[in-house]
Amino acid sequence: MRIGTCVAAMAIALWGGGAFAQDSTAKAIQEYRDALQDGNPAELWEIKGEDLWKQPRGPNKVSLEKCDIGLGPGVVKGAYARLPKYFKDTDRVDDLESRLVHCMVSLQGMSRADATRRVFGGPGAAADMEALVAYVTSQSKGVKMNVAVGHPKEREAFEMGQKVFYYRGGPHDFACATCHGEDNKRIRLQDLPNLTNQKDAQRAYTTWPAYRVSQGELRSFQWRLYDCFRQQRFPELLYGSDLSVALTMFLARNANGAAYAGPAIKR
Amino acid sequence: MKKILIPAFMALMVFASFGAQAQTRSPVGAQVGDIEAMRELMRGFKPNGQAGLSRLVQDEAQQFCSDPGWTRDKARISAIEKQQLADVKFPADGKFLGNWQAGERVAQSGVGKQFSDNPGQPSGANCYACHQLTPQELSFGTIGPSLRNYGKTRGNTEAIQRYTYAKIYNSRAYSVCSNMPRFGHSDILTEQQIKDVVALLLDPESPVNK
Amino acid sequence: MADPMRIRAQIAGDKVEVRVLMSHEMETGQRRDNNGNIVPAWFIQNVTVNHGGRTVMSAQWGPAVAKNPFVHFRFSGGKVGERVSVTWTDNRGDKRTDEAAIIAG
Repeated sequence: MRIGTCVAAMAIALWGGGAFAQDSTAKAIQEYRDALQDGNPAELWEIKGEDLWKQPRGPNKVSLEKCDIGLGPGVVKGAYARLPKYFKDTDRVDDLESRLVHCMVSLQGMSRADATRRVFGGPGAAADMEALVAYVTSQSKGVKMNVAVGHPKEREAFEMGQKVFYYRGGPHDFACATCHGEDNKRIRLQDLPNLTNQKDAQRAYTTWPAYRVSQGELRSFQWRLYDCFRQQRFPELLYGSDLSVALTMFLARNANGAAYAGPAIKR
Repeated sequence: MKKILIPAFMALMVFASFGAQAQTRSPVGAQVGDIEAMRELMRGFKPNGQAGLSRLVQDEAQQFCSDPGWTRDKARISAIEKQQLADVKFPADGKFLGNWQAGERVAQSGVGKQFSDNPGQPSGANCYACHQLTPQELSFGTIGPSLRNYGKTRGNTEAIQRYTYAKIYNSRAYSVCSNMPRFGHSDILTEQQIKDVVALLLDPESPVNK
Repeated sequence: MADPMRIRAQIAGDKVEVRVLMSHEMETGQRRDNNGNIVPAWFIQNVTVNHGGRTVMSAQWGPAVAKNPFVHFRFSGGKVGERVSVTWTDNRGDKRTDEAAIIAG
């Protein structure tokens, strides 16, 4: 038996103790991030999501290939870079996930409860929704973010999102802005993007959804917000709610002009 | 009884919070708009375990600091700071210094008050998330200032002990829109835990001062 | 049944460069669930890569390999259009095989 050169194995553990000084810590984290770039398991979700998109599902046994996520029925390429946006048929602003739920209900005939039963994956059970999100977002790779606020409801969502961003509450008095309102801050060793600064906002938004190595899951943008609010000590963010879409609108709009780069891979 | 009280309390808070704005803007429109925004906010969440919707109701300090332009209103800054300082409950035994080793454990722990946390377990203060403290811990955040040598540079007088206790109990008493949670005011830490963190900062034996 | 692998095999100079992503939990047997119970070990033990009837790479893995593993290696003697097949077997006896055609560099 001939054995080929096994060049690099897989991404294994995180850095061990922490027995090195700050500069080398930052450098080691960067090296770790670089090492992760090749072989992003997000691709596994993309493949599964494409299959789910094309598969006849739900009581109506139809695929999502007639689903209009903003650029017309079935158009996936570049659609994510323009979301959230106002949709005439629902008379509301939708993000990708709330729009996918809409299509599952209106096209595939699922109940809203069924469509949203498992939106975030956990150990041993990945979520179909996160796979669909991975597929759709992967089709906007390299496309410039171009989120409009021309419609009054889009403008309203943006302003609502901005208000939520600065809204302090809960037992810890936290707002999004507490952690994401100043340049060059970090929690423990994790760098925090300042989402009020265009460059940081662009880099942050265009790298979600992402495969989180520490969780072994592909995480959607709704998950990102859900988990931020959990740590903010707020109640549970309602999946696809107007408020969640509004905050997404504020953050997506601030990323305009940057090339979309997800699904990415993060620690 | 509790069920009736909470919405009534919420409505009161909404009017109290937004009342001040209504005076400076077009009276009726602004007030209605802001209450609508608050309702909209509540519609975006659902209660989960210990994290109920009442957590979204702001007190005066939270409401004041949610406006990015808060720095302009000097009169209200000092009024709220005064009110927050009056809220500090000092230890009945008059002692501020606990055990620094226990304080280090509180400083390291980030659990508490999240809907994913067990409400039966004590909360941590998660000091290291934002501050540098002991030289041994390299994994510290930078949202707050470094507290390395906190006691060494300030001394360990009773006045400093008292100030440090109050700052942890209610950070807003000294800086109205501080990013730091009000650990005593909001029942995050117990009196003993606060004393232990004070010791971590001030005890000459604490690694913070070595 | 396990989800499909993602396999890319591409000519690189005089060799074929192969990248494989596998979908697997890779439980170490050390982790506890929310109730404090040990989650049983569940990981890929053997990986075999075949090309034209011969094994070009084989590996024995343990629980130290991360969830959703990524393998990257090169072998000699492959041509565009020929197929590379990858098989893994885990400690529960589950097995999965996927294949891909070699593409030009």
